[in-house]
Amino acid sequence: MKSNMQLPIYLDYSATTPVDPRVAEKMSACLTNEGNFGNAASRSHSFGWQAEEAIETGRAQVAELINADPREIVWTSGATESDNLGIKGAARFYQKNGKHIITSSIEHKAVLDTCRQLERDGYEITYLPPDENGITQPEAVEAAMREDTVLVSIMHANNEIGVVNDVAAIGEITRARKVIFHVDGAQSVGKIPVDVVAMKIDLLSMCAHKMYGPKGIGALYVCRKPRVRIEAQIHGGGHERGMRSGTLPTHQIVGFGEAARVAQEGMAEENARLITLRQRLWDGVSDMEEVYLNGHPEQRLPGALNVSFNFVEGESLIMALKDLAISSGSACTSASLEPSYVLRALGRSDELAHSSLRFSVGRFTTEEDVDHAISQVRAAVEKLRDLSPLWDMYKDGIDLNSVQWAAH
Amino acid sequence: MAYGEKVLDHYENPRNVGKMDADDASVGTGMVGAPACGDVMRLQIKIDDNGVIEDAKFKTYGCGSAIASSSLLTEWVKGKTLDEASQIKNSEIAEELALPPVKIHCSVLAEDAIKAAIDDLKSKSDNAVAS
Repeated sequence: MKSNMQLPIYLDYSATTPVDPRVAEKMSACLTNEGNFGNAASRSHSFGWQAEEAIETGRAQVAELINADPREIVWTSGATESDNLGIKGAARFYQKNGKHIITSSIEHKAVLDTCRQLERDGYEITYLPPDENGITQPEAVEAAMREDTVLVSIMHANNEIGVVNDVAAIGEITRARKVIFHVDGAQSVGKIPVDVVAMKIDLLSMCAHKMYGPKGIGALYVCRKPRVRIEAQIHGGGHERGMRSGTLPTHQIVGFGEAARVAQEGMAEENARLITLRQRLWDGVSDMEEVYLNGHPEQRLPGALNVSFNFVEGESLIMALKDLAISSGSACTSASLEPSYVLRALGRSDELAHSSLRFSVGRFTTEEDVDHAISQVRAAVEKLRDLSPLWDMYKDGIDLNSVQWAAH
Repeated sequence: MAYGEKVLDHYENPRNVGKMDADDASVGTGMVGAPACGDVMRLQIKIDDNGVIEDAKFKTYGCGSAIASSSLLTEWVKGKTLDEASQIKNSEIAEELALPPVKIHCSVLAEDAIKAAIDDLKSKSDNAVAS
């Protein structure tokens, strides 16, 4: 039987997604001389009016996806910029009310590094540890609240392990205290239902490229009821009601809007399919010895799976998986010898944190892809365990924690 | 990250993988690194009556470069005396495998491993003399 499988198999949808062909088509119509290439800020001719109309359509589509008003959407270059704008913008605007911020220790670096910068500017940050399943408990947020807390920033879904926080419960706590609630929705918007009204979210960071839209475009939802104010971080022509200046990229916004429409239209069906694929993948590897699921088993994104294969190092495992495009949870691929800070925060041992793989399936993943991935992973884990002195020791019944390691 | 050809070759076809009896008086075992750092190397050498390394085995938990460094080392030490083997420098391993700067520590670990294995052998023979 001839296989239609394309190698390598892309299983890194948490990193980015390909642009959906429906999205690409709409985008292409906004570039050339024949297309809708105008500057939306041009008020004196039809080129500008048409561009503005396309942008407002995109704005309405993105707003609808999260149950917001179109006037609450501010275009940015992506989720990193949205995180910066939301966190710094709110912290600075409301600094008279206090300089304490609550976040979690497993946020994306775009949030953590922004908080670090605010620390240098005299703010005080509380970094909440997640529970062993990777969930930031609403009670922990409540307990960390102080008189001078002005902002809480908690991610909806984690980029590395895919767990989903109960943001609605956190929103209840922050709204009751009139503390601004920022949510990093880069991994969740377009993948699972997000309702900014029901969840009482004040600021929501989003990006297009994790939901089959283009890279280079994102948005920040800024709540109007109750009215949330932010200080602009990029100044210029006063676009986006002064919150974010810069000429709007029509093709990017049109792409984001179409991606939002497509995502919303097929979400329930797509998620049912992705959960089946994810479960198939987990079932295919979890019967091996010493294999651990990282993060909450149910409270997670439909397509995301993070697994530790004990006694096998993540980078060498990826090296063996030539047919698979996946990422290691471990930061070992960089110059750093530190294991994943996310897995460490879950209380995973160093070995397990060094032994993780992040699989993420998506719109174009097939059952055949998953089956091929399973057989590759099994073979690679077996091969590397044969090479692993730690596996030997485990098999000999030696407790690795009792060994005096010569750290280097 | 792209790996060099020699790293890939050793990674795909590691030489001398295995384990020897660590209690054997003619076997020296060097275990270096730590799981916390993502690298653990176990290198074992066996000497003949003339003090020449007749066999070497390794097992390594770590990245491809760490596996390749230890695999290469087992090839290099065979037929060498302990003194000769102790002269092997990490820079030679790094050069042979064309390791990038972020992977130099893998070759350092391999050098540590052979030194540890030799020390183990020496302490065994010292103990034998003492008793």
